[in-house]
Amino acid sequence: MTALILLTSLGVITLLAEIFSFKKLLYPFVLVGLVATFVINLFDWNLSRTIFYGMMQYDHFAVAFTSVILIVAFLWFLMSDSFFKEETSVTDHFSLVLFALAGTVIMVSFSNMTMLFLGIEILSISMYILAGSKKDDLGSNESAFKYLIMGAFATGFLLFGITLIYGSTGSFDLAEINTFVASHKGSVPMIFYAGVLLMLVGLSFKVSAAPFHFWAPDVYQGAPTVITAFMSTIVKTAAFAAFLRLFYTSFISVSEIWVSVVWVMAALTLLVGNVTAVLQTSTKRMLAYSSVAHAGYMLLALVAGNIYSSSSVLFYTLAYSIGSVGTFCILRIVVGAKGNDNTESFNGLAKTNPFLAFVMTVVLLSLAGIPPTAGFFAKYYIFTTAFQAGYTGLVLVAIIASLIGVYYYFRIIIAMYFREGSHHLITLQFNHKLVLILVTIATIALGLFPDFIIGML
Amino acid sequence: MLTLLLIIFPLLASIALLFVKGEQVKKIAFGAAVVEFLISIAAVVIFQRNADTQFELNYPWIRTLGINFHVGIDGISLLLVLLTTFLVPVIILTSFKHEYKNPSVFYALILAMQMALIGVFVSLDGFLFYIFWELALIPVYFICLLWGGDNSGKVTFKFFVYTLVGSLLMLWGFIYLYIHTPGNHSFDIAALYEAGRSMDVVHQGCVFWAIFMAFAIKMPVFPFHTWQPDTYVTSPTPGTMLLSGIMLKMGTYGLIRWLLPVVPLGAADWSNVVIILSVVGIVYASCIAIAQKDFKRLIAYSSIAHVGLIAAGIMAGNVQGIQGGLVQMLSHGVNVVGLFFIVDILFTHTGKRDLDSLGGIRNVNPQFAVLFLIVLLGSVALPLTNGFVGEFLLLNGLYQYSAWAAAFAGLSVILGAVYMLRSYQAIMLGETNTVTAGFTALTGNEKTVLVIIAAVVIVFGVYPKPLMDIAEPAVVKLVELIK
Repeated sequence: MTALILLTSLGVITLLAEIFSFKKLLYPFVLVGLVATFVINLFDWNLSRTIFYGMMQYDHFAVAFTSVILIVAFLWFLMSDSFFKEETSVTDHFSLVLFALAGTVIMVSFSNMTMLFLGIEILSISMYILAGSKKDDLGSNESAFKYLIMGAFATGFLLFGITLIYGSTGSFDLAEINTFVASHKGSVPMIFYAGVLLMLVGLSFKVSAAPFHFWAPDVYQGAPTVITAFMSTIVKTAAFAAFLRLFYTSFISVSEIWVSVVWVMAALTLLVGNVTAVLQTSTKRMLAYSSVAHAGYMLLALVAGNIYSSSSVLFYTLAYSIGSVGTFCILRIVVGAKGNDNTESFNGLAKTNPFLAFVMTVVLLSLAGIPPTAGFFAKYYIFTTAFQAGYTGLVLVAIIASLIGVYYYFRIIIAMYFREGSHHLITLQFNHKLVLILVTIATIALGLFPDFIIGML
Repeated sequence: MLTLLLIIFPLLASIALLFVKGEQVKKIAFGAAVVEFLISIAAVVIFQRNADTQFELNYPWIRTLGINFHVGIDGISLLLVLLTTFLVPVIILTSFKHEYKNPSVFYALILAMQMALIGVFVSLDGFLFYIFWELALIPVYFICLLWGGDNSGKVTFKFFVYTLVGSLLMLWGFIYLYIHTPGNHSFDIAALYEAGRSMDVVHQGCVFWAIFMAFAIKMPVFPFHTWQPDTYVTSPTPGTMLLSGIMLKMGTYGLIRWLLPVVPLGAADWSNVVIILSVVGIVYASCIAIAQKDFKRLIAYSSIAHVGLIAAGIMAGNVQGIQGGLVQMLSHGVNVVGLFFIVDILFTHTGKRDLDSLGGIRNVNPQFAVLFLIVLLGSVALPLTNGFVGEFLLLNGLYQYSAWAAAFAGLSVILGAVYMLRSYQAIMLGETNTVTAGFTALTGNEKTVLVIIAAVVIVFGVYPKPLMDIAEPAVVKLVELIK
């Protein structure tokens, strides 16, 4: 709750900075602001505050996911300094990102469908602009345009779904919808089910689950790399939190109508994401597909629908986002040095830049799910969750998918260590070094001591 | 505490090594490995000769999921810990004559590998076991990738994916067991035993195959062996030694600790299939070994044959079979490291390792001929060598299970003699040719290693009792548990 206020005011202040020529100090100011927000956010733990007449509830779930988002946002700001220095209209970038973050906070703490919609829109509109923030670049323009069109479609579905559900239950409130459905077992109007499925489509689009993932690779590839990193980490985290929150508070009593749909989507997302990632030569596009694939693993928790679902998604998003920030950071550095993002750009990196290669190896091992990294435990925990709910077959699909995943992640590791390439020693900026060190430590520490995070929810 | 020390010490040494530069690295790595060996000797001395798990530690690790850092050593674990701590310094010693690039990373990886291997052998928690199991894979993967020969990228990748398939299936099996544990689920070995036993024979069979695949690929048992010859041949010698000498034993140890007692009915139900596969593997691998020209590849295939016999003996599920399996794990570990070292010596002294171009080395270097012969006889299981004790017990155990299986498995001894003696003939006997004429005297380092290995071959061939006494009570207890 305080996080929302703080983030919004940070966003407003950054807008004002343009007028008061405060630009130089803005970057450290925002970093400090994020840390402060993170700390203050933690004080909301156990308060379970309800605001806006019950339209938002700041419960454990909300605080935990807000914390994850803020941690990742901090790392993300550290890695993307140049985005806020080199390009023009710097303050717009700051405020858009901060408003997007405010949107994510709403998405993890809503208890009313209006707020869900507002949160998604605040986030999405900022992202449409940010995706196109490289104004002269054709790819970036295409990306923004595609994102806008497809996003608008998804919003349409979502809104339509909300309308139908309101029409059949007479409420926007998540708890009330649930009470209505539970008390009218068997006599819920048909349009309610249609509404649920439409919302499912809308949210699946946001989390880029197959078959609604087609926008993701193009948008991810065209957008500036830092924005891609933002989309595949923070946006995904928020979208999954919203997904879980909505479906587990309101639609859990009608789970029989959507669980099998999500089951199929999860299997499809896992296979499509991983198999297509293998075929990519561009690393950025490969990461886009791998991001689709990771959505598939998280859908497993959604299918499972037991007490562990939230905490397994929480851990997964954290582990995956930290790994992704590391990967994208190195990708940016390597692209900066080599000019393109083909797998060959990584050839021989280990010889000249052992530190970069080491960090890349750690984060890739984490994304591939190899112990003792955070990614392994995240996968393990999700698998156990699904297993406990009895989805043995789906776990097998996920296991096969993660094997395929190993192939494309290891391609980069092999390129770095085994292939000959012409790399020069890249001098790292301090902030990049800091991100990479933090990411490495977090990846290993979370893998070895996951108890604290999974005990939260 | 001793168990924790055994795990932590190599890890700390490994991290410390990363900060050492230059010539000192080898010596420090060797020193650390020797200290680790001494720690394990201390464990052997303190160890009470009974069936209990000793030096036990049990700390909660991931409370929410009932995962504990539970480690301990019983007779079975102790033998394998001893094997690991004995072989690692030997392996480091064999690498002294080579100059590996980035030595600090190379030796750090070897010690990290040692940490993971010991972890595998002392874990008493399924999840912990899995973590160490996977952890062992990463250092050896990089050792083979970075210091391996031609094509190491492709070969090691195949190896990695192959073993990962097995591991993930094992994980599936463990999770399946875990959700069947009573109460607030737990990964503790006792809880997993209970969970496995509570299932009917069909479900036990499913779990059996899921977990067995991981072990079968690691050992490797026919027909899951296709990654092995290429990987052994491509890896640098220390990598090959780690893989064949110790890592392979993770699979056979896994059978004893994590499969037979967990799903006894499933294992009994499927043991005939596994034994048939193993025996087929023995004969098949021996026949291929006979046809090999490259000595390193020949040993790689002989390793498949030997491990097939170990697997068959263990699956027979009686005291002799398991006891024989343990003894043979140790002997095979020592002998195969010796043999790979001999390949390495041949290659550094002559630049060749194919049988056709070598010959007559005995005339130039009789000392080497004697040492080679001792290691070789250990490998073909001549009485009074260490190989004999294990193979005899294994065949004895297998005979109690089925006379036919024992008869076919017995071929391994005969066929083993064929390919080993034939290669000895081709390499050491006959006319000295231009390649072998310049075979210089062994260096002090080479001599030391070979003498150590030859001594072990003979000492434990003549008097294996101390080793068998360590494991016997634990094995007897285990067999009672299975019955």
